Amino acid sequence: MVESTYLSMALTGALILGQILLVTIPLLLAVAMLTYAERKVIGAIQLRKGPNVVGPFGLFQPFADALKLLTKETIVPTGANRIVFMMAPMLTLLLSLVAWAVIPFDAGWVIADINVGILYLFAISSLGVYGIIMAGWASNSKYAFLGAMRSAAQMVSYEVSIGFVIITVLLCVGSLNLSDIVNAQKNMWFFIPLFPMFVIFFVSALAETNRSPFDLPEGESEIVAGYFVEYSSMSFAMFFLGEYAAMILMSGMTAILFLGGWLPPFDIVPFNWIPGIVWFALKTALCLFVFLWVRATMPRYRYDQLMRLGWKIFLPFSLFWVVATAGVLMATGWIPR
Amino acid sequence: MAGNLNQGAKALLLSELVSGMALTLKYFFKPKVTLNYPYEKGPISPRFRGEHALRRYASGEERCIACKLCEAVCPAQAITIEAEPRADGSRRTTRYDIDMTKCIYCGFCQEACPVDAIVEGPNFEFSTETREELMYNKDKLLSNGDRWETEIAHSLAADAPYR
Repeated sequence: MVESTYLSMALTGALILGQILLVTIPLLLAVAMLTYAERKVIGAIQLRKGPNVVGPFGLFQPFADALKLLTKETIVPTGANRIVFMMAPMLTLLLSLVAWAVIPFDAGWVIADINVGILYLFAISSLGVYGIIMAGWASNSKYAFLGAMRSAAQMVSYEVSIGFVIITVLLCVGSLNLSDIVNAQKNMWFFIPLFPMFVIFFVSALAETNRSPFDLPEGESEIVAGYFVEYSSMSFAMFFLGEYAAMILMSGMTAILFLGGWLPPFDIVPFNWIPGIVWFALKTALCLFVFLWVRATMPRYRYDQLMRLGWKIFLPFSLFWVVATAGVLMATGWIPR
Repeated sequence: MAGNLNQGAKALLLSELVSGMALTLKYFFKPKVTLNYPYEKGPISPRFRGEHALRRYASGEERCIACKLCEAVCPAQAITIEAEPRADGSRRTTRYDIDMTKCIYCGFCQEACPVDAIVEGPNFEFSTETREELMYNKDKLLSNGDRWETEIAHSLAADAPYR
């Protein structure tokens, strides 16, 4: 009796481990391909070809880069707090990976189908700032410290409007479960009725992941590389992985909240033959392309402009839309019960 | 008032952002200008001033008459020439060295040369792993001349009408 319980526990553990690997390995591959795609897309927009030497079309470039970083020496500055310094990149990477536990890739394809999925995601993405603050503080360098300060202020400001956007979506769904959120978009994807919120969410996602035009925390023209100036080798690579995984996560969230997750654009024959995971991947890839496209288009914001946009424009605007959406839902009786 | 409204509408509809994004998207699909350097090379002018070469006449006789005008004009003093009469009585160099690490590729040597002996050819890929290899002597310069003669003759002919 006791042995069979142990056996079933071991089986469950192995199953969960398998699922985690099934999510994590493609995710890390996607991160590698994203760094490649970024260089290719920005290159194309600047009329260059981008990497095209290592492997076919330069596809092995990210692996060459990873190997290079792996073989380099990890340098810890003398003034740095060693433990916190080494923990910061690990935390960043860890946080950007654990968030994927609640992401539904297809109907029922989710590691943890918890009913507060969106809150979990919001909490994890808010924790992301700790990795950056720890890195900035532990490096004991002025540039790293300035970068961390900027990043903390920026993430806190934009999380507020992201919160309001999520509330609007939740009002329309009536559930915090991500699968329910996708299923509620069967008839119409939320980006149509909630278009302004979609834009605000996307722009806030850019700020949340420290992407340009909001990449002040790592603004190379002013503070060298921001919070990861002092990092090298794999500790740097982990920051990089974490940052790009966070980008993919934010794109995935955009796909789930506004673009109907795994649902096909039209529920008719040629479209619903294609498995849902393909649709989800396509939508995420589309959002990621816009991330890269924006980076190739916009110059960096000034810091006060960034704060003004966050607090004086996005916050009141999204607050207004929460009230307006709630009012419309109540008045028309569409509010889900 | 109308101006403010106009500006407000523009800001609210992100029209400037959208037009900027449209522009970059247009560029995304344009043909790329990258040259795949070691495999593809850009065109160079006939006046291009690259690696030096000492030329010969079609008979195989070297052109240089050791007048030392190039040595005199060289602003970087990169050229060293020693000369004495040859057995047949003609005046030739016994030593013709160019320190390529001093040379500034101004082209004065080829301008000064009365017999088109010293020229700067079209070759720009002559980097070396040691400094010593860049101290060119007469043999090296003559072999450069033999190697690049076709190209050099071609670019001299192409540039002749403008001189």
